[in-house]
Amino acid sequence: MSITNKIENLKSDKAVLLVKDLYKGFGENKVLNGFNLTLFEGENLVLMGKSGSGKSVMIKCLVGLMHPDRGSVELLGQDIAQLSLSEMNNLRTNIGFLFQGSALYDSMTVRENLEFPLRRHTKKLTEEETDTLVMEALENVGLTHTVDWMPEELSGGMQRRIALARALILKPKIIFYDEPTTGLDPITAKEIILLILKIQEKFKTSSLIITHDVDCARVISNRMLLLLDGINYAEGTFKELSISEDPKIKAFFK
Amino acid sequence: MGDLFSLKQNIASFFMEIGEMSFFSLRFFKELFTKPFEFKELLNQCYSMGNKSLLLVGVTGLILGVVFTLQTRPTLLNFGAVAWMPSMISISIVREIGPVIIALICAGRIGSSIGAEIGSMRVTEQIDAMEVSGTNPFKYLVVTRILAATLMLPILVIFGDFIALIGSAIVENMKGSVSFVFYFNQVFQALTFSDVFPATIKTFFFGFAIGLVGCFKGYTSKKGTAGVGKASNSAVVYTSMLLFIIDFIAVFVTDIFT
Ligand SMILES: Nc1ncnc2c1ncn2[C@@H]1O[C@H](COP(=O)(O)OP(=O)(O)OP(=O)(O)O)[C@@H](O)[C@H]1O
Ligand SMILES: [Mg+2]
Repeated sequence: MSITNKIENLKSDKAVLLVKDLYKGFGENKVLNGFNLTLFEGENLVLMGKSGSGKSVMIKCLVGLMHPDRGSVELLGQDIAQLSLSEMNNLRTNIGFLFQGSALYDSMTVRENLEFPLRRHTKKLTEEETDTLVMEALENVGLTHTVDWMPEELSGGMQRRIALARALILKPKIIFYDEPTTGLDPITAKEIILLILKIQEKFKTSSLIITHDVDCARVISNRMLLLLDGINYAEGTFKELSISEDPKIKAFFK
Repeated sequence: MGDLFSLKQNIASFFMEIGEMSFFSLRFFKELFTKPFEFKELLNQCYSMGNKSLLLVGVTGLILGVVFTLQTRPTLLNFGAVAWMPSMISISIVREIGPVIIALICAGRIGSSIGAEIGSMRVTEQIDAMEVSGTNPFKYLVVTRILAATLMLPILVIFGDFIALIGSAIVENMKGSVSFVFYFNQVFQALTFSDVFPATIKTFFFGFAIGLVGCFKGYTSKKGTAGVGKASNSAVVYTSMLLFIIDFIAVFVTDIFT
């Protein structure tokens, strides 16, 4: 409790994301039961939780892909439940989203994948401007040579990096990462982690990172949050949580 | 008892599904008339559907015409009515056999691939990714595909009918030494507006059904790769059934008005 309070008092005026009392269930299966979260500007907040604990459901509620049964989500000062679709889309230009399975459009080339959010969100970019932005995004992830490849020609790690480039292409203020390193070998996972850190430093984004990976959490997090039984069970820095005596928290760090 | 219960459940879920599909088609009409329109994707889809099915429809049409003529010929010969061949064949192909067979072929080709494509996009979160990118996936994926299928099916059917008649003419030319010009003269004399018009209208509905069921099955597909297979498979099964129901209604309605 004391940890939570400390952070609440820290700098709540600079919160970019406020989740209050979120409930979401699927029939009998109650997934979120009053979940709270605050993301401060410029920080890397890591969210850990067991498989099936509702991390993906929660993160989807944040961008309007799922609608919570109860509770509110305030993104960059706007309550998303109050927004019309076009206002929501406007807001989404400020948000990058890395999906758990990369979610590259498999009927499109890498270039078309990256162009998609650009063409959709920003009206009237010239071909040249689009091309520059695409190449810039690919450069950030070190994959400029794959610009005309199809997603199926990319390895899993490359797909993740392209997905990252796509999430970054609109220079979002906030990025949500849903398990950026899952399914990758430790070396590739480390590459992705370093990439995320590099990007965060370069663009000064605020990030919410969902992960199972303790190493990833240690390297990347400024602050951590554990999702357990549908609520934010514990909050604190990696160090604080890793020395906790609570057996439920200990289980995460083995 | 258990069997009866599962039968009851099956029937219930069948009607549930029909209800859901009705809502889905209502949503289609609602989104069809609201901006923005995805013209580019519509053209893309029209092109890819035509491109994918043209050869298949052509080959099927040709075989249909040839076989149908070969099968009918002896009977007509017996009655000394072989001169009726072009008009008989053309009327039955244009009115009924062409549209139904070609629609069934397209249900297998177009319907299943729509089901599989949208289903796998759903499962791999590509649909979610689209939504985050400020695109209405229903408009971008569903509306364009249903519309493209509705527009392309009549064209494919007309093309298939034409090839079938060519097949039939080839047989007549070889067996009965009827010239192509004469054959098609007969055909165009036999076909009236009341043959062609209802048959063509019907094919729009066939196309709509193929697009609708494929999209519905894909869009609502369940998680996992099994979900994708099921989406594409049941798209074909449902569509085939729906095609016969539409055909029945169409023939019934046409009968009332003529
Ligand atoms: N669309 C849905 N319909 C019904 N139930 C769902 C749906 N999406 C998720 N669930 C359920 O919600 C629960 C949480 O799922 P979620 O995908 O959020 O887990 P997760 O914490 O992201 O797990 P993982 O680490 O494996 O990705 C699961 O029990 C799942 O069955
Ligand atoms: Mg998940």
